[in-house]
Amino acid sequence: MRKKIFLLLLIMASCASVMSAQSRRNLRINEVMVQNDSSVVDDYGRHQAWIELFNTTHAPLNIASVFITNNPATLDSTLTSQERKAMMYAVPLGDVNTKIPKRQHIIFWADGQPTLGTFHTNFTLTPGQENWIGVFDADGVTLIDQVTIPADLAPNTSYARVVDGIDAEGSDASAAWEVRDDSKGFPVTPSSNNKIREKNDKIDMFAEKDANGFAMAIMAMGIVFSALLLLCICFYIISKIGERVLRHNRAVSKGTTVAELHPEERKAHDSGEEIAAIAMALHEHLDAHDRESTVLTINKVKRAYSPWSSKIYSLRQLPQK
Amino acid sequence: MDFGEFLLTNLQQFWNLTGFHNATWQHFVMLAVGLFFIWLAIKKNFEPMLLVPIGFGMLIGNIPFDTTAGLEVGIYEEGSVLNILYNGVSAGWYPPLIFLGIGAMTDFSALIANPKLMLIGAAAQFGIFGAYMVALLLGFAPDQAGAIAIIGGADGPTAIFLSSKLAPNLMGAIAVSAYSYMALVPVIQPPIMRLFTTKNERLIKMKPARAVSQNEKIIFPIVGMLLTCFVVPSGIPLLGMLFFGNLLRECGVCNRLAKTASNALTDIVTILLGMTVGASTQASEFLTTETIGIFALGFMAFIIASTSGVIFVKIFNLFLPKSKKINPLIGNAGVSAVPMSARISNNLGLEYDPNNYLLMHAMGPNVAGVIGSAVAAGVLLGFLA
Repeated sequence: MRKKIFLLLLIMASCASVMSAQSRRNLRINEVMVQNDSSVVDDYGRHQAWIELFNTTHAPLNIASVFITNNPATLDSTLTSQERKAMMYAVPLGDVNTKIPKRQHIIFWADGQPTLGTFHTNFTLTPGQENWIGVFDADGVTLIDQVTIPADLAPNTSYARVVDGIDAEGSDASAAWEVRDDSKGFPVTPSSNNKIREKNDKIDMFAEKDANGFAMAIMAMGIVFSALLLLCICFYIISKIGERVLRHNRAVSKGTTVAELHPEERKAHDSGEEIAAIAMALHEHLDAHDRESTVLTINKVKRAYSPWSSKIYSLRQLPQK
Repeated sequence: MDFGEFLLTNLQQFWNLTGFHNATWQHFVMLAVGLFFIWLAIKKNFEPMLLVPIGFGMLIGNIPFDTTAGLEVGIYEEGSVLNILYNGVSAGWYPPLIFLGIGAMTDFSALIANPKLMLIGAAAQFGIFGAYMVALLLGFAPDQAGAIAIIGGADGPTAIFLSSKLAPNLMGAIAVSAYSYMALVPVIQPPIMRLFTTKNERLIKMKPARAVSQNEKIIFPIVGMLLTCFVVPSGIPLLGMLFFGNLLRECGVCNRLAKTASNALTDIVTILLGMTVGASTQASEFLTTETIGIFALGFMAFIIASTSGVIFVKIFNLFLPKSKKINPLIGNAGVSAVPMSARISNNLGLEYDPNNYLLMHAMGPNVAGVIGSAVAAGVLLGFLA
């Protein structure tokens, strides 16, 4: 019994750890500014390079113990986990602010001064050259996300995903990214969505393309019918299999084959009226039931007396006058 | 400040907090509506389990008070007790719990025995989408139209669930409208059923349903959940809980859980749901021209749903052999007002032939209607959320 409980706990613990790791793997580098001369300021009022991370899930995500780095050497598979971790910035444990709400962003200041707070990394980004940035899971080995910032990124411009958290569809990862110079249509958006939604596109599309609701009615009724038709077909098949199994079992119990069973005999047995009459007769004369809430047994059932199971001790006594 | 002035000032302040000082005619209209609901429930026995909590909730929610005083008593004031209870409605977790109870109460045997009856439950959902089209014509936005149209599914919890997601500002009116028309099913449906059926059709006798094995009853909720949720994942909260409740009932090894889900849990959630929905119908939110539109659309949705169910059976009969014809009087039961609409089919059937018991046949489309309306809600949520 103990072994079983231990095994169950082990399975649950491993499931929980896998789920936690899986959710951290939904973290994405979302926007990066390498040279910040006049853009946003950090909590000390200074212009610093910044890296924005985005929680792509619809649940809060704690990124404590995740690693951030700009050192491509951490990709070297010959290095041990400890050697890699030594080259990266570990997001500290114990800071409530490391929990990113669903579909929200968080900014790390790449100023090389980790003593200034949780969100100040131990590395800096270098303008005028390519900057590789990687985010690793708590094991220091599993790469969650990476991006290479182009060398020609101008001051106060950012390199951002076109749509928050969305990767490129093809093999070219940079297709999902664009340079943003804060001009119209290309805003720099630290701590906010790269793609600003001012309206619900779906509803606008329906309002525009399906003003009379015909398309919705056709699609939705089609889906409702398909779902129930699928269920209908499925249960038609299941009932046929059930009938066949029943017929087979009946034939086996009679020592005959299915084909030898007389069809009228089956029909008689299937009659609802006769079944009802038999059930009523059984109920009236034998006091028999088809399903019982109690179990009929020949085993002796004895419940040992214990004050713990005694109602005398478990019920409150009424006050006596 | 002398003692008399002190008393007067405080009493004046207290007077400003009372309902008498803050009352408007809209409050009295809503209080009258609440009293009407309670009267309907107690005197006319119309859905008392729902209309008593909703009616009394209306009284609670429409007591006038000074909303600027920061008393934290109103249902829309964050942190108030009513607001905490209202979270189940606004966040949409009461309806799935009700569905758990419905699943634990419902016997799907009639449907399993005759799976083709599921299609009647699907056809009746046209009430939802017919009402959606009319709501668009009346100028409602697509998301609002979807939330209003779900009244045609004749399912209060589904209506609350969907409106809390698509149009939270209309939820009070939608919920009250849905429950009102569910209570009026015995009045709305029979004339439609008579209008669209001939005397011969009403006399059609259907074969008794075959016996359904325990294994089939156990497989049904599992397969049903998997199939419907694979098609409409946005329906998981409702469909998942519905089929889960049914599995508890049918598996035979979770009797205590099934009893709790179908009795105590459902009763508790019904009380909280009804009371908070009633309390959410505050005069300022409820007494608008939109509410009148919602009630009109809801009525129309019910009529379309009942009609489409009956007409679908008539069309379906064209393709069925004579021995397997379906009595179109069970078509109205495709809406998910369980078991009222099935009972109406039965009563109307008996009116024309005292030996024609349609109840068990009508229960098939009736429970299919529950599934169908949850699927329809999932579809609307998927398209419009």
